[in-house]
Amino acid sequence: MSTAPLLDVRNVETFYGNIQALNGVNVSVSEGEIVALIGANGAGKSTLMMTIFGTPRASSGTISFAGTNITQLPTHEIARLRIAQSPEGRRIFPRMTVLENLQMGASLDKLKYFDEDVEKVFTLFPRLKERLTQRGGTLSGGEQQMLSIGRALMARPKLLLLDEPSLGLAPLIVKQIFDAIRELNRTEGLTVFLVEQNAFAALKLAHRGYVLVNGRVTMSGSGKELLADPEVRAAYLEGGRH
Amino acid sequence: MAMAETKKSAGSATVAAGLREAFYAAVIAFFMFVLLVGVKTDQNIHNELVLVPRPYLLATVVLIAAAVRFLQVVYLTPFLVAQKTVDAGTGQLPTAFALRFFSKPNLVIGLVMAAGLLLFGNSLQAAVGPYWGAYVGLLRAAAIIYVIAWVIFYFRSFISAHSYSLGFTILLVYPVVMVSLFGFQGSLKWVDNFGIQILIYVMLAWGLNIVVGLAGLLDLGYVAFYAVGAYSYALLGTQFGWSFWILLPVAGIMAAMWGVILGFPVLRLRGDYLAIVTLAFGEIIRLVLINWREVTNGAAGISGIPKVSFFGVISFNVSDPNYISKVFGIAQSGAYYKIFLYYLILALCVLTGYVTIRLRRLPVGRAWEALREDEIACRSLGINTTTTKLTAFAIGAMFGGFAGSFFAARQGFVSPESFIFLESAIILAIVVLGGMGSLGGIAVAAAVMVGGTEILREMQFLKQIFGPDFTPELYRMLLFGAAMVIVMVWKPRGFVGSREPTAFLKERKAVAGSFTKEGHG
Ligand SMILES: Nc1ncnc2c1ncn2[C@@H]1O[C@H](COP(=O)(O)OP(=O)(O)O)[C@@H](O)[C@H]1O
Ligand SMILES: [Mg+2]
Repeated sequence: MSTAPLLDVRNVETFYGNIQALNGVNVSVSEGEIVALIGANGAGKSTLMMTIFGTPRASSGTISFAGTNITQLPTHEIARLRIAQSPEGRRIFPRMTVLENLQMGASLDKLKYFDEDVEKVFTLFPRLKERLTQRGGTLSGGEQQMLSIGRALMARPKLLLLDEPSLGLAPLIVKQIFDAIRELNRTEGLTVFLVEQNAFAALKLAHRGYVLVNGRVTMSGSGKELLADPEVRAAYLEGGRH
Repeated sequence: MAMAETKKSAGSATVAAGLREAFYAAVIAFFMFVLLVGVKTDQNIHNELVLVPRPYLLATVVLIAAAVRFLQVVYLTPFLVAQKTVDAGTGQLPTAFALRFFSKPNLVIGLVMAAGLLLFGNSLQAAVGPYWGAYVGLLRAAAIIYVIAWVIFYFRSFISAHSYSLGFTILLVYPVVMVSLFGFQGSLKWVDNFGIQILIYVMLAWGLNIVVGLAGLLDLGYVAFYAVGAYSYALLGTQFGWSFWILLPVAGIMAAMWGVILGFPVLRLRGDYLAIVTLAFGEIIRLVLINWREVTNGAAGISGIPKVSFFGVISFNVSDPNYISKVFGIAQSGAYYKIFLYYLILALCVLTGYVTIRLRRLPVGRAWEALREDEIACRSLGINTTTTKLTAFAIGAMFGGFAGSFFAARQGFVSPESFIFLESAIILAIVVLGGMGSLGGIAVAAAVMVGGTEILREMQFLKQIFGPDFTPELYRMLLFGAAMVIVMVWKPRGFVGSREPTAFLKERKAVAGSFTKEGHG
């Protein structure tokens, strides 16, 4: 890469009390890329996502975004730099309607581009348009995931963080969602950092990938390389072809 | 033949079940009431405390519990089940029973009874003596309530479609109607004890609703802000003679400041921890008011708080040259001031409601609701949760402060006794009963709960039934408890449990279909 990466995570360590969840993690995401982070349950994937957002804080190392050091910034100010996320468990607002959830996503610009952006989200996920006045909590899992991603997109992010978007969803829905991500990347040049247990789908989608084991990055490479790697195949893919 | 057999055996099985359930109910009632009802503490002639056993009363209560349970199991439940099947067949399940109850012949009976008793009730009471007269009063009340309920039932769709404008119109003409019905002096009770009292609680509950209902921050010390507002007006008004119209915003700002002061230390707390700290805050304010005697005059309170004037133009002090009856050349009456206060608190309520509705559609109000749902998600959407929480505390407290200064002006006297924890609990109960976040539901809950306690005060005829020692207004907590249980059993999210969405796409027709299918989340 000739230019500096959009997101640069350097030697980051994160603790929960005495438990060390991240142990010197180095990850970088360049503009226009889809990067996947794969790893087993409890490897520290969600911790990395949340550390980028400042809760929990990295106890050492630096995280920079578009040239700004964001390691110590408050969470809401990190978000204001146009990083958006669809967090683990989706975290949509259950008593608010689909439309209101999307409006919450557009809080940063005080709804200035709302009408325009919401149409884009509807093109991407037509299902959401049908459910506009339904309460978030009553949506199906797949619809909730679409809403969570849609809400993140409403912030006009430069970087989209996705934490296990395929979790608990039927294969057909997973395909729909991954297609939408690929589409966004291709047409809008959206940069995506994706965390997945579903390694096969994630690596097929991503340009590059990292493997996280017990809070350390043990392997990295292009999506194709990792898919072909015998170790990766043995650990994450054999029998796990979702 | 065989069918009759099975029917009979089913019947006797139900009776057996009913007897069994009745027995259980009796046992439970016995243990519940053996100390509450079965004995009474009293003083004997030596001024010693003695226990007076009341076995007959206890037996009556236990028997009533058993009988009600028996009737419920044997008759009511099978009846309702059978009715449900029948009504499901006719396709009018929810309203079938109500339609039978609120039928036109019944209305005629109700109307005749209400009219007759309104006209001749007093002479009838005089004729039959106080004992039966009490029942005449009860019957009259029941007939009037039935007629009102009938009207509400038949116009329910119209009422629910126009609830806000209808409610507002009724509130607007209420004093006029009361004065024309009962005259100036007779209307005092209705305007003051019912109207103003209810509206104060509506305003307080709407203010607390911002903190609890919208932002989801459980505040058990809301009465502290009410106290701050009341004492701000009481102290500044008596010391410096400043007018209510200057001190109203001052009281609001003071209360809002205290809201922020409370908000800071509790920013990181949620749920039960937050509740405990806010409860302590309410008590601290009250204790300061009691003990800071030099300023607050302690438990004795502050009296001689100046009245509100009509923007300085018209005064309600008899001695002033611009006293209302001198200005208009009408007879002197205390009712003018009460009617004025009624419209003042109505205006304050409208302000509170309007601001709440506006705020809900603005980013800050929407952020409150999002905060209630998921704080972490809020932060990662770029919302500063610190300022969002503090504005909720400040704005909620501000309305408490407004209500407080109004309260001080109305009473002319404030003391710490008015700001006990029970007040916070009542306000919170109104918010929960009405349905958190719903202005209409909360207003109805305030009217029922506060109006209900005032009506209890009116039920002096119950003394005829239960004996002269019976003080009906002491049973207001029973009313609150019963309402709580009933609403929470039937509508666990409060009287109006569904949250009204605040956002619509411009092309609303396109989504009308899915709107009707919407579940209550
Ligand atoms: N809030 C927390 N407190 C303490 N330990 C935590 C917390 N969250 C995660 N952990 C621990 O950190 C490790 C990494 O968790 P996580 O990042 O959620 O893994 P992944 O998302 O890869 O499944 C796990 O061992 C988990 O138990
Ligand atoms: Mg995870």
